[in-house]
Amino acid sequence: MTAQLIPDRPAPARPRSPRRSRTYAASFMYDVPGPRGRRNILVGSIVSCVLFAAVIGYGLWQFASHGQLDPSRWAPFTEWPIWQYLLVGLLGTLEAAAIVAVLGGLLGVLLALGRISRLRAVRWVCGFYIEIARTVPVLLVIYLMLFGLPQLGINLPVLWKLVVPLTIANSAVFAEIIRAGILSLPRGQREAALSLGMRPGQAMRFVVLPQAARNVAPSLVTQFVSLLKDTSLGYIVAFTELLYRGQVLASYLHLLIPTYVAVTVIYLVVNGSLSAFASRLQRGPRRRPSAQPVLPALPAATHQEETHA
Amino acid sequence: MNPLIDNLGPLLQALGTTLLMAVVAGVGSIVLGVLVTIARVSPIPVLRAAAFLYVQFFINVPLLALLLLAVFALPDAGLLLPLTPTAIIVLTVYEAAYVAEAVRSGVNTVPVGQVEASRALGLTLTQSLRYVVVPQALRAVVQPIGNVMIALAMNTALAAAVGVVELTAEVNKINLVAAQPILIFSSAGVLYMAIALAIGLAAGWVERKVAIVR
Repeated sequence: MTAQLIPDRPAPARPRSPRRSRTYAASFMYDVPGPRGRRNILVGSIVSCVLFAAVIGYGLWQFASHGQLDPSRWAPFTEWPIWQYLLVGLLGTLEAAAIVAVLGGLLGVLLALGRISRLRAVRWVCGFYIEIARTVPVLLVIYLMLFGLPQLGINLPVLWKLVVPLTIANSAVFAEIIRAGILSLPRGQREAALSLGMRPGQAMRFVVLPQAARNVAPSLVTQFVSLLKDTSLGYIVAFTELLYRGQVLASYLHLLIPTYVAVTVIYLVVNGSLSAFASRLQRGPRRRPSAQPVLPALPAATHQEETHA
Repeated sequence: MNPLIDNLGPLLQALGTTLLMAVVAGVGSIVLGVLVTIARVSPIPVLRAAAFLYVQFFINVPLLALLLLAVFALPDAGLLLPLTPTAIIVLTVYEAAYVAEAVRSGVNTVPVGQVEASRALGLTLTQSLRYVVVPQALRAVVQPIGNVMIALAMNTALAAAVGVVELTAEVNKINLVAAQPILIFSSAGVLYMAIALAIGLAAGWVERKVAIVR
């Protein structure tokens, strides 16, 4: 019995080395696998690899049997003018997204302030607007702009037929994000600013809003990605953005699959880098240490820090 | 007279299509999203990587681009389904990525002690996921999933852009004849708001039913 109590090699440390804590769940969901566990993981890896290979292989076979993998079908996409044509569309996408971000952001700040105003009527109106704008599809508003309002003699330029509906929808989301940021700030910040002799407006502008904006920066970037995706609705109003250009190119070249794949890749690259930026903002160290006391380095505490980070 | 009452039949049919797409894609995306989350916390690296790529792909590519790809381009490769099922499948796989993100944030709220306790009791990984982690994670994310479902109901409107005759497409058609845009489009907006309200109330009800009092 005693022989078993004396370990012949040091007990494995808790899996907290950087290699183990690559993913959050892996750091506590299971121990370092033993021989049987490793074998199961290996079997699982092989089975899932075979499965994925089968699915991808079937897809490629399906494509090839319909001649979609012919080099001639993909050759145009090795030429710069084609990409240039699509990238001009990307510029249109970014232009629309930037306008919506600025207008929606400004309107969102105003709505957030209105939502926490002392006047009940202002609170009520802003809340009403936000609830409506969040629960009506953007496409419905675009159709209203596109087919409805011209019947009444109101005809906006194409860019604004896209930008106005997107601004209506996104300002509500921005307002909710900013309001959450303002409410998450300790009350003492505003009280301290007021006791320094600032007027409420000054306290909001110089103390509360900057900190709130910094706290919700990752959500703001995520929402920007979402609105960049929404600008693809420009396809419907015939505004020169990426998806619309892709559609024009596809019908011009009669190469539907390669063109849409290229468009998807461009969206993936642009939005993927923005998303990566957002998660870096989220993970990166806060510039200011948080108000909470530093937690002792218990295993559970590291978990909590990771959740809040 | 009132163009909406004159076209009540087609309008109800279109509303039915919208509801059908929302319900089928909603249930499908919750199931698929939970499966993707499980793959994402599994000990098998290949599954983790695949789930991560899945979520990143669908969160970064616009739904409209995917719909166009599936409806207009994939038939070139011989992958042809009827229109509405295609739209439902695209909606399902797209929103499943958002459900997976929501559920993953729920998994993160399950205290480590719970998992450690289940391991100490001798539960296998599958058992501790099934009886300990996933039930608690799902309870924590009822509201976020409700928000994803509301977004899904709004996104069904995009199917109109590829030719599915659902609520948005139908009211647009009615308006082209009747030319009363304000009345017609705001009625459709009220219907969408009612759907969103119903989902929100349902999410609140489910949350009260399953909430854990700690």
